[in-house]
Amino acid sequence: MTNIVKRNRYLLGRRLIQFSILLAFVGANVWGWTFLTGNLSSAKVLDSFYLADPYAVLQIFVSGFIASTDILVGVLIVLLFYAFIGGRAFCSWVCPLNIVTDTAAWLRRKLGFNYSGDNLRIKRNVRYWVMLLGLVLSAILGLGAFEMVSPIGMLHRGLIFGFGMSWAVVASVFLFDLVVMKNGWCGHFCPLGAFYSLSGKFAIIEVEHNVDKCTDCMECFKVCPEPQVLKIVTRQSGMINAGECTNCGRCVDVCADKALIYSLKKYSK
Amino acid sequence: MKKDIQDNSRRDALKTMLRGAGLMGLGGMSWGGMADGLKASELSLRPPGALAEKDFIKACIRCGSCVEACPYDSLVLATPDDNTAIGTPYFEARKIPCYMCPDIPCVVECPSGALDKKLLSIVKEGSQTMDINKARMGVAVVDQNSCIAFWGIQCDACYRACPLLGKAITLDFRRNDRTGKHAYIEPVINREVCTGCGLCEHACVTEKPSIIVLPVAVASGKAGSHYIKSWEKKGDIKLNGATEKADVKESAAVDYLNDTESLFDD
Repeated sequence: MTNIVKRNRYLLGRRLIQFSILLAFVGANVWGWTFLTGNLSSAKVLDSFYLADPYAVLQIFVSGFIASTDILVGVLIVLLFYAFIGGRAFCSWVCPLNIVTDTAAWLRRKLGFNYSGDNLRIKRNVRYWVMLLGLVLSAILGLGAFEMVSPIGMLHRGLIFGFGMSWAVVASVFLFDLVVMKNGWCGHFCPLGAFYSLSGKFAIIEVEHNVDKCTDCMECFKVCPEPQVLKIVTRQSGMINAGECTNCGRCVDVCADKALIYSLKKYSK
Repeated sequence: MKKDIQDNSRRDALKTMLRGAGLMGLGGMSWGGMADGLKASELSLRPPGALAEKDFIKACIRCGSCVEACPYDSLVLATPDDNTAIGTPYFEARKIPCYMCPDIPCVVECPSGALDKKLLSIVKEGSQTMDINKARMGVAVVDQNSCIAFWGIQCDACYRACPLLGKAITLDFRRNDRTGKHAYIEPVINREVCTGCGLCEHACVTEKPSIIVLPVAVASGKAGSHYIKSWEKKGDIKLNGATEKADVKESAAVDYLNDTESLFDD
């Protein structure tokens, strides 16, 4: 039992944090808690200061409205945290849709869909164009274009305030990831993930690879939602320094050889 | 030989760029169309202090703080089946109207500025404060065909429910010629005062409400700028500087009335 926990400690840790954040939001709406009020677009922390979604506020800005100072400070806090510390950690440690797409990816592995050969393949850098397109459309339409269709928003708002038909959109993402494309949404299209990939490129927390310990078992490649970031694995020691790494730590979990560990970026080199 | 390879790579790069642009166009049009369609309805009633609809859907960050602050659960966040910009707050007066909290918690809690304190602010006893009566969430409209007061049945449910009793809705007494001895007691909306809270719609006794609240922009007509209210103070101010004078003979109207010639056969 302790072994299972140990082998999944970062996965369990992520789920604990993701669900705790959701619980705090639900608690605020249902029982009037004040740990976190609002939702992931904009949250008030302990009734004192705000955190806000930088990509959402950027859309609001290009659509022609300047958000309040409270919100702008909230964006700054979030940006600084991910830019210097967390990297793209929002995606795997906070975003509730990650639970959905991780489940789809897990089911794909179990059902052997990854080897069917007829999977749709699209370049992963499409997401950066989606991010840009979201801003262009926001400017043209005069509203937050991604916020109008975001499955992330629909999921977390659904859980906190009630779903309506939002569940169908979330289910579509799940099915898309399950039967159409491996890591389809988070790995190819999500503009928020693209945003954090860019902003978190130079963050201090990274996974470090030690090639001397690696036994080429390839388990990390199987579970990684962004396997292209593991290009140095089995080849050379070093830091996984791609912005697209979500710092989920699943590779650290599954590496039985301790060849992958969480570490701090070495800026001096 | 070498040149050929170069040419091909340039051609390939062009092809890739063209296909990329095509993909962007495809994505942009379908995504843009969807997003634009989803914002379509302007029929939703927004919380008090909301900016004009066009600015409101820009500014609202969709955090739901107003919904959480609303003590009556009037406000809800739109889901995809609600025909309103997804994630933005609105209320349905027939279900739960706005009960006009004097401290207006929804506006206080709004972090984005989509609910604007300035739109509700007044100066009272020398200090800046908010007045819920300044809210313009919508305006009540009566369907005189189904409102039973217009049938001659005595009902003043909306009038009684109105938080601005006797101001936003007044009762108009009119002789009932059908019976010859009763009066019609008809509700009349004063648009200058009505806040659009929807308590009237909520209270209406007919099967489907005969008094409904519509957003001000939806319920309002527009006469056009060429009309002048000359009887209002400064109503004809825009005539100042007009260079062209209309060719009107003052006597013409009188002459017209006095001209009886054409009424008779020769």
